[in-house]
Amino acid sequence: MSAHVFRTGMSGYRFGDGRTLLARASPARAGDQLAGLAARSAEERVAAQMCLAELPLAHFLDEPVVPYETDDVTRLILDGFDRAAFAPVSHLTVGDFRDWLLDHGTDGATIASLARGLTPEMVAAVSKIMRIQDMVLVARKVRVVTRFRNTLGLPGRLSARLQPNHPTDDARGIAASVLDGLLYGCGDAVIGINPATDNVGQVVRLLGMLDEIISTHEIPTQSCVLTHVTTTMEAIRRGAPVDLVFQSIGGTQAANESFGVTLAMLGEARDMARALGRGTVGSSVMYFDTGQGSALSADAHHGVDQQTIETRAYAVARAFDPLLVNSVVGFIGPEYLNGREILRAGAEDHFCGKLLGLPMGVDVCYTNHADADQDDVDTLLTLLGCAGVNYVMGVPGADDIMLSYQSTSFHDTLYLREVLGLRPAPEFEAWLQAHRVMDADARLLPASAEHPLLGLARP
Amino acid sequence: MKRVGRRAPTASDPWAHLREFTSARIALGRAGSSLPTRALLEFQLAHARARDAVHRVLDVDDFAARLAAEGLSCLTVHSAAADRDTFIARPDLGRVLDEASAARLDAWREQNGARDVALIVADGLSATAVESRAPELLRHVVGQLGALPCTLAPIVVAGQGRVALSDEIGQRLGARIAAIVLGERPGLSSPDSLGIYLTYAPRPGRSNAERNCISNVRPPEGLSYEVAAHRLRHLANEAMRRGLSGVSLKDEAPLLAGIDAPSRVAWRGDAPGD
Repeated sequence: MSAHVFRTGMSGYRFGDGRTLLARASPARAGDQLAGLAARSAEERVAAQMCLAELPLAHFLDEPVVPYETDDVTRLILDGFDRAAFAPVSHLTVGDFRDWLLDHGTDGATIASLARGLTPEMVAAVSKIMRIQDMVLVARKVRVVTRFRNTLGLPGRLSARLQPNHPTDDARGIAASVLDGLLYGCGDAVIGINPATDNVGQVVRLLGMLDEIISTHEIPTQSCVLTHVTTTMEAIRRGAPVDLVFQSIGGTQAANESFGVTLAMLGEARDMARALGRGTVGSSVMYFDTGQGSALSADAHHGVDQQTIETRAYAVARAFDPLLVNSVVGFIGPEYLNGREILRAGAEDHFCGKLLGLPMGVDVCYTNHADADQDDVDTLLTLLGCAGVNYVMGVPGADDIMLSYQSTSFHDTLYLREVLGLRPAPEFEAWLQAHRVMDADARLLPASAEHPLLGLARP
Repeated sequence: MKRVGRRAPTASDPWAHLREFTSARIALGRAGSSLPTRALLEFQLAHARARDAVHRVLDVDDFAARLAAEGLSCLTVHSAAADRDTFIARPDLGRVLDEASAARLDAWREQNGARDVALIVADGLSATAVESRAPELLRHVVGQLGALPCTLAPIVVAGQGRVALSDEIGQRLGARIAAIVLGERPGLSSPDSLGIYLTYAPRPGRSNAERNCISNVRPPEGLSYEVAAHRLRHLANEAMRRGLSGVSLKDEAPLLAGIDAPSRVAWRGDAPGD
């Protein structure tokens, strides 16, 4: 195909192919720099963005960024492409698409109806020429509602994953964190443990424990032990009470191979979990996490920038009707995303996922070798709340003692609900009120030493 | 306006006794919906310590002199990452030696010949952990490895080093085994934890799957120096006997509670000390 050429005054820029154009147009990222893909000057980046704005959306159908023949994610994207859904915007350039998304005449339902007619590359491209406020405005138009034992993603709602990790999977330690979270009004997205090991026996034990808590107290939520998909499948074979199947995924076949997963495996796991019939109001059983930079760290990026590859991972997720998807945006470390790059990456991931029709949450987080702190967390959390994020993480005191990183806390969830007037998922909200955790105004009630939930951590 | 009480109202949580079962920050109480001042500042202190640990620079000459004073002979080297900021942004540079260091190791080997085991200590992501804990750990390690029928090179003290720096150092010293002790990425509650990585037939390009890791060396909360050194001897002995290291060796080593890489860390491809 012909090269993309941009001329301005004295200098001219030539971008050999679409993949290079996308990478040069991508906002600054440590990981793209590390991979040698980033724009070599500030001017080159904007030149690439101007060139990208002129490109027809349909161009991405003709020139895949990763070859169709050798990559099953590309095949998934192109074989599943819905030409009829694409028709309303098929004549637009990337730049015109941005203007159309922002137009007051374009409502959320219209954008949502496009989802199967958009490829990740189209969505990543438009995000690269959008400011954060553009992505907030468009993302908040779109609601993606999913159901298992409650209803997630409704307007005016904000849910939280309760993340009660413990470095040795100690049952009472985990239970103590679970009750802490529930009494702070969190856990409606999922009560999800990252186990310390992938040992199947351990995973089965943790699943049984969470199932008992949820059924004893009739909590309208779901549980998950975030282990490898094959371990969850083995747990199902052993009769464990599995609500959701978790897996980390990436945007290329090679990235998924580095996680030890195939698309067929994900489909099989989804069918096994669905067959258990444990959902009460819906049957979305998949929980995926993703994150910019994972393909580079697995040497599986094919010369594609990390934000475009991340968006391709959402095409994998949407093929399996997930209940929950989140980017673990600051976890990977400063060599991929540093300081303020985490902020923009979080906004991009949420926006791109929503446009592709996913129930997006974000793990707003950072490690101690990144140049980030709690103020950065507050900033990204607040902007994601404005953008209509489905859920965030709830870690006791924001300090995950097993994964050694900082995420958002139960207090942070309360903050965001309070400042934006948001409430938990409706079924969970009713349960919190019935159990005297929260009042009708979604404010926490004073905790009583006799509260029945305190029994959770007794032997 | 009515004058507020001397202490502003905060709600405490009647489950503080459950902290006995977890070091998670539970039952923090609240001021409105937010953290009470004390809990807020305790978090900030922990984060400040972790950040300081990451940015602290190990004085390799001074540290080597400390080890020498305890009768442990040393060589000093530096990675190709010239300073801390470069080290953090460019993991690739922390995995290779700078030219002068490479030449120094080559000259040492030329003069003294190859040894079976290269023992390395590097700052990694926490110089604090190395300064406060490595001398005592190394004493135990040298004692344990000295009991094996193998020869030991002088301890190599490396500045701005990552795990894979041990591949180049081990190869240049002609070692059958490289073992590197280094500061792990600081957690909020653990700014001074050491990790040890063992690699059989070290050479550049080895993957983390070809190494064995002993993590969370941090008595009294984590692993003791005695247990860590004993485990390293066991792994080194098995690696030399079977001619390999990594996953297939790990399968047969006894599990120690709490030291297996958490799933989310593993899939990112990042070792805790890397």
